[in-house]
Amino acid sequence: MRRVLFLAWLTLQEVGRRRLLWIGLALGAVYLAVYAWGFRAAFGECLGERPRSEEMARAMALGLAMAGLYGVNFLVVMLSVLASVDTLSGEIASGSIQTIVAKPLRRWEVVLGKWLAFFLLVLSLVAALGGGVLGITWGWSGYWPHNVPEGLALLVLEGAVLISLSLAGGARLSTLSNGVLIFMLFGVAFLGSWVEQFGALMHNESAVQIGILTSLILPTEALWRRASYLMQPPDTTFAASPFGALSVPSSAMVVYALLYGAAALALAFRAFNGRDL
Amino acid sequence: MSARGPTVASAPAIRTHGLRKEYGRTVAVAGVDLEVEPGQVVGLLGPNGAGKTTLIKMLLGLVRPTAGEAFVLGRPVSDWRVRGRIGFLPEHFRFQDWLTGREFLEAHGRLYGLPAQERRERAQELLEMLGLARHAERPLREFSKGMLQRVGLAQALLCRPELVFLDEPTSGLDPLGRLLVRDVLRQLRAGGTTVFLNSHLLSEVELTCDWVAFMRRGQLVRAGPLAQLLSGAVEVQVRAQPREPETQIDWGEFGDAWPQGDGGWRLRLASEEQVPDVVEKLVAQGVRVYAVEPRRLSLEELFLQVMEGEEAG
Ligand SMILES: Nc1ncnc2c1ncn2[C@@H]1O[C@H](COP(=O)(O)OP(=O)(O)O)[C@@H](O)[C@H]1O
Ligand SMILES: [Mg+2]
Repeated sequence: MRRVLFLAWLTLQEVGRRRLLWIGLALGAVYLAVYAWGFRAAFGECLGERPRSEEMARAMALGLAMAGLYGVNFLVVMLSVLASVDTLSGEIASGSIQTIVAKPLRRWEVVLGKWLAFFLLVLSLVAALGGGVLGITWGWSGYWPHNVPEGLALLVLEGAVLISLSLAGGARLSTLSNGVLIFMLFGVAFLGSWVEQFGALMHNESAVQIGILTSLILPTEALWRRASYLMQPPDTTFAASPFGALSVPSSAMVVYALLYGAAALALAFRAFNGRDL
Repeated sequence: MSARGPTVASAPAIRTHGLRKEYGRTVAVAGVDLEVEPGQVVGLLGPNGAGKTTLIKMLLGLVRPTAGEAFVLGRPVSDWRVRGRIGFLPEHFRFQDWLTGREFLEAHGRLYGLPAQERRERAQELLEMLGLARHAERPLREFSKGMLQRVGLAQALLCRPELVFLDEPTSGLDPLGRLLVRDVLRQLRAGGTTVFLNSHLLSEVELTCDWVAFMRRGQLVRAGPLAQLLSGAVEVQVRAQPREPETQIDWGEFGDAWPQGDGGWRLRLASEEQVPDVVEKLVAQGVRVYAVEPRRLSLEELFLQVMEGEEAG
């Protein structure tokens, strides 16, 4: 375990060395600043124009918070993939993996160390950005969504699934093919999720089924849908919107995502283990 | 072919049987049987693409053999624990280059599982041994190719290995660096470490190795103790004159002698033992012998001979 932790630390250092992390952090900071400014502007306007309606203000704050978290969701997806997509394939291509794997350790320890490093990265990203959006919302409006820990945990799970997938790909594919593959899967699941929402809106059962099936290809978007559903009060429904909850992924989808992530990580172990370096 | 070093009681440092690696349709290593006794400095020679690197990688568990088996230090290569007693300098050594020389060595000491105290001491010791102490606090990205090669070599020695694999250890080194490597090899041999090195620098191998194997197209074509391989064939420069100028010298069973002009011949003999016989034969013919100078083949000549011989065969 000490070796795994050390490998994780080495990976974090590597990530820290790259510009990506700092661009990501800067992006996150800008994002929070824009959110804070936008929230204040929109919320202030809304309250200024009409007589104070508690219900109206709450709906407004909720909508803005969900929109803000949707952006966080996107940043988490992008950064978890971009940070990890190169880590195995890049070190295999440069040969720097050879000196590591020739040490007295098992190959899966290398993969697990890397996974752990990126998981910590996602965890801090969700905590900082998600916490930031919710904190700003609370600061300006006093509004705090439902089930925040569960919601944020689902975002972390989303990142973890993507990391596992990108490590599995990186153990076998080049950085480029791996990246293309993951974003293609993500794109399919994303579209499928919209098909599902519209299907629900139009009461088209087969469209809903298609959407659910595409979520099985990659359950990330479904996790976001469930997270946003959990954080909204039961009586709100934003119709066909990114955080719409017309057709809500069930808790079975969460279990599926957990299994999916575990299977992808196991695949990463296997693929890296059998690979000539 | 089978290649055996001198026998010692303990388990061989390296033993392979029918070891083979195919990459698609390319046969990189075509069934190698090898046995290396502990404490030897072994040089594996061969042209580019002969399969030397692939062979080493299989012995380190980096590459999975297509067929055959391999053991290092008495353990199968798939046993990860055995690598705690093995050092490795890869051919194209690269590493996270923001680390300083010292951080790099300490990081690898950790991967070897060395305790903190020992890690620090060993890193310092090796930095000094390889002439890098002055550069210890500089990041690797500022290192020259030669300095990188040295720090890579230091890394290979961190765990005081019983067996060290060096893939082209002198590549990128200036003459001074090569001298240093030679010195390190001498120290390792004195300490009883088995060294297995790949090289195409024949003179290096000639100076440092006890035991040599030639590899070509994935096969070991000849192997044995260096002294024995080199003592096999000798070339003799003969300066002699028949008593009557118009008579031909009969070289008999010693085959063709190349005339060198002004009464000189060059003769290739299977062994040094034949030199007195040649002299005897000449004298018996009444030839006046001025000089007979046997000269051992250099490793380079032997290398060319082996490679050409295989080409013809
Ligand atoms: N990863 C690989 N994929 C495909 N072919 C390879 C790979 N590695 C080596 N080879 C091929 O195997 C042969 C032996 O290569 P190598 O072991 O590097 O030789 P050497 O170290 O003696 O120069 C070469 O023909 C090389 O092209
Ligand atoms: Mg090579």
